Amino acid sequence: MQNHAHDKELIKKLNLKAVRVRKQIIEMLYHAKSGHPGGSLSATDAIVALYFHHMRHNPKNPGDPDRDRFILSKGHAAPALYAVLAESGYFSKKELLTLRQVGSILQGHPANTRTPGVEVSTGSLGQGLSFGIGVALAGKLDKKNYNVYVLIGDGESEEGQVWEAAASASHHKLDNLTALLDRNMLQIDGCTEDIVGLESTKERWAAFGWNIIEIDGHDIKQILDALHEADSYKGKPTMIIMRTVKGRGVSFMENNVDFHGVAPNEEEYKQAMKELDETEKKLMED
Amino acid sequence: MEKINPRDMYGETLVKLGEKNPNIVVLDADLAKSTKTYKFGKRFPERFFDMGIAEANMISVAAGLASCGKTAFASTFAVFVPGKVYDQIRMSVAYSNMNVKMFSTHAGVSVGKDGASHQMLEDIALMRVMPNMKVFAPSDPFQTGRIVELMAENYGPMYARVGREAMYPIYQKNELEDMTIGRSITLKEGEDATIIAHGMMVREALIAHDTLKKQGVNAEVIDMWTIKPFDAEAVLKSAKKTGRIVTVEEHSIIGGIGSAVAELLSEKKVNVTFKRMGVNDTFGESGDPSDLLKKYCLTSEDIVENVKKLM
Repeated sequence: MQNHAHDKELIKKLNLKAVRVRKQIIEMLYHAKSGHPGGSLSATDAIVALYFHHMRHNPKNPGDPDRDRFILSKGHAAPALYAVLAESGYFSKKELLTLRQVGSILQGHPANTRTPGVEVSTGSLGQGLSFGIGVALAGKLDKKNYNVYVLIGDGESEEGQVWEAAASASHHKLDNLTALLDRNMLQIDGCTEDIVGLESTKERWAAFGWNIIEIDGHDIKQILDALHEADSYKGKPTMIIMRTVKGRGVSFMENNVDFHGVAPNEEEYKQAMKELDETEKKLMED
Repeated sequence: MEKINPRDMYGETLVKLGEKNPNIVVLDADLAKSTKTYKFGKRFPERFFDMGIAEANMISVAAGLASCGKTAFASTFAVFVPGKVYDQIRMSVAYSNMNVKMFSTHAGVSVGKDGASHQMLEDIALMRVMPNMKVFAPSDPFQTGRIVELMAENYGPMYARVGREAMYPIYQKNELEDMTIGRSITLKEGEDATIIAHGMMVREALIAHDTLKKQGVNAEVIDMWTIKPFDAEAVLKSAKKTGRIVTVEEHSIIGGIGSAVAELLSEKKVNVTFKRMGVNDTFGESGDPSDLLKKYCLTSEDIVENVKKLM
């Protein structure tokens, strides 16, 4: 396992990126007056670690056949992906404030035919992991060494197709495929454990033949180490179970199911930006 | 000529295409022996994926393969694709505009004894309404092969359906070389009425044409194999000429070519007498295929009767 502990600068850089992406998410949702803050904020650190350090990708050539692929299966976290893609240079940051408006390249949920850098349209839950299997199979077929990363939600894992995919990926021994589970414990109607109950998540994925890594999904070092371990693991796909906090980074949104799909009002927007500015300032002083 | 099963033609055409094009991959959902994709699997095992009884996964996996430059054919029975997986087709394939070719078999009541659970009568309606989707229904074995070639040669989401039964050839192979997506084939020219059909109903329409001719009625017969894009030009031309139209299809009368023709003619203010033939908003049932086609009024005799009613 690669040790990123010594690389304090890298961790600091990525944490700063993450807080700036969170600010961008709040900004976008406030302007759009709709969208999903909770699940965007819980997924931010993983997406940041992937795009700003771990993945091989080229914003100037989004169709590069050798690129690593990221698939946002929980499409409602689109603002996090859009902020990261813009920051990477896939399109102008000016586009971010057009989110959810008529004619925008940024749809409410990811649309590959509209947005450079988006691999496939998602938003109806459950399909991204299967899509990732197709990409991973093509990689094996074409003897490419790219990796495929699919971010799925915990509520999303209630979909039957996720388990069709779980069985299929291990059957094909897709060690070039890594799933990241955003285990934030909340879905629209409440706590996952009150609705379907997913607490045996680790055992389930292990039983389906996956290599399992469990981490704190907001600890950049743990995310980087897990991704590195997942890439090196041979013979099985890897599931990184990321314990996360829905609404992470904004105190009144954290673990608050009401912010699953509701944008901040003006007061909430100001408060959220104030908190994130403080976090950013602290990080810079460290 | 002897009957040939269009499914065999599908499997053999896939093998031929696979020889030429290394980017063709084929997926099935535990029905490879029935859909005949096993032929491709035998020849190109590394490019063949039996995804098991998990159609939703199969469709999204096909889209993932397609996103990497593959031409992904996915096959099973029509009740399962599109029947089971409308949303996977909508999101992973159509909205994402992936190069996925769904070729489904066992469409229609002529599936026979398995009963309504296995007799897909709504697939054309479901796929016609899907943006980005092209929809085909071959009327004979050689046309089946040609349609599979066209699916491989042209980019984008496509759906084709055939039945379970073997079919008599209608065409010579070399007649089909200039077949073009969006252009139907007028098999018989006539002035008195137009019969528009797809799939195995085209042969019934041709038999009806011969019977009608003996009775002094000259019917035009159009093979509307390209259901979407629909050949509006051919329909309008024929409608203006004959003034009488019968559509016939082994599909619900709702949402198939009957609906497509009605939509077109009413909007273009073409005044015709008109009859849609198909399964009348009901499920099928178990039985011998020929008995079922009789029960649901999908024989050449039924076509003759309906044309005469319009005269």
